[in-house]
Amino acid sequence: MREITIPIDDEVIRSLHVGDSVALTGIMVTARDAAHKWMVETFIKKTRPPQGEDEQVYEALKKLLNGGVIYHCGPVVSKDENGEYHFLAAGPTTSIREEPYQADVMKHFNVKGVIGKGGMGAKTLQGCRETPGVYFHAVGGAATFLAQTVEKVHGVYKLEFGVPEALWVIEVKEFPAVVTMDAHGQSQHAIVDAASRQVLEELLNKPY
Amino acid sequence: MERAMRDLTNEIIELIRRTSTRLPADVEERLRAAIEKEAPGSAARNALETILKNIELSRQKSTPICQDTGTPIFYVHYPEGWSTRALREQIRNAMAEATKRSYMRPNAVDAIYDRNTGNNLGGDDFPYIHFEEVDADQPLVIELMLKGGGCENVGRQYSLPDNELGADRDLAGVRKVVLDAVQKAQGQGCAPGILGVAIGGDRSSSYLKSKEVLFEKIGVRNPDPELAKLEERLTEEANQLGIGPMGFGGQTTVLDTKIVGLSRLPASYFVTVSYMCWAYRRRKMIVRGDQVEYE
Ligand code: SF4
Repeated sequence: MREITIPIDDEVIRSLHVGDSVALTGIMVTARDAAHKWMVETFIKKTRPPQGEDEQVYEALKKLLNGGVIYHCGPVVSKDENGEYHFLAAGPTTSIREEPYQADVMKHFNVKGVIGKGGMGAKTLQGCRETPGVYFHAVGGAATFLAQTVEKVHGVYKLEFGVPEALWVIEVKEFPAVVTMDAHGQSQHAIVDAASRQVLEELLNKPY
Repeated sequence: MERAMRDLTNEIIELIRRTSTRLPADVEERLRAAIEKEAPGSAARNALETILKNIELSRQKSTPICQDTGTPIFYVHYPEGWSTRALREQIRNAMAEATKRSYMRPNAVDAIYDRNTGNNLGGDDFPYIHFEEVDADQPLVIELMLKGGGCENVGRQYSLPDNELGADRDLAGVRKVVLDAVQKAQGQGCAPGILGVAIGGDRSSSYLKSKEVLFEKIGVRNPDPELAKLEERLTEEANQLGIGPMGFGGQTTVLDTKIVGLSRLPASYFVTVSYMCWAYRRRKMIVRGDQVEYE
């Protein structure tokens, strides 16, 4: 298990390889479907004008994501009497839905790590090379366990997207994950997919 | 009908809490057994160990096993004379309250206006409630399953024959498309998964029954010996694919397979595969007079 602190520099990113187990410590931002679509449309492709506080949120995100980490997660959150938020359940969501956006977001904000589950495709793998960055796979469904690593919720942006879709700024300690896509063009997902496809071919050719 | 007037809202909140925070014993047992099959130190084994720790923690802390508390699917077997309208209202009130107490994540999003209702109440379809009348002397049974979005997204429906897979309209063809569905799902549905397979029906009944069969316990076989054999074979062959927990690669891809046969039109032959993630949350409550029991 390798300890990694956020923000992460390029040298550390390049030293990571598919299969490495890591424990992440520092500040990360949750972002999933609505957030990625909004970031790309408003600030990268600029196909829709910023609304409300979008500009201020953008400025804050630029700082948080530079060298930072995005977590594909839609948490269960509680609010205590003092108005403070707590993460109760916070496992990863399926990442492939962000495939159209992820590489652009990584490059635009200099995002070093993306955490999720299920892996991502060729475009993101290329984004990992160029940024450079890596994809960390967390254990899907391990929501209470992973929420324990969230030491503090610093705040939330775009809560109007709903609790699961908002951008939560969280401080984690020793968040466990496995590198399944690295900055050298390797993807564990592509390897498993190809190997399983070959077994499937053999099974399909077997008589009933 | 005095019984029909009884308000079960609190008891249903408890059903929701238990379903969301405690994984059924049969599922946990299978996951525990799977650990031994994965190489020590492998990502697959670590993932299973984390899953088991998470199950334990969620139970202790009474927090959701998975943050995606899914589509709530209720099957209500109500004795003749009970009001389904009243039961529906109690279930909906319980759902809103359970969401407030963070047993459930607000999960109902208006698909047109993209707005989360914040309380898990959508239209009549959310939560999904199915009513089935039983004899008046039978207990009221409410079953609840929480089906997450990640695994729902990798469900598939095939219309046979399927040229590409060489799948004809027979059990040999069924076997082929089910294996294809597992290969396509990879780890996306939070493997290891459980397969619900419906053969026949129309498109909608086929999907519905492929989920309904998931209310059965792991290891319960179809009474038809031929289908029972196919269930076991599919689990074994799916595991040969080597996808493994989370798709990391490994021995355990599928924990169990359940098949249900339906009627079909002469023109149609659907095979529907519903994929249930390892967070296989299903529980039931049984109401006999004043007694409420949870399973
Ligand atoms: S597929 Fe299941 S375990 Fe995975 S995130 Fe969704 S609900 Fe949770």
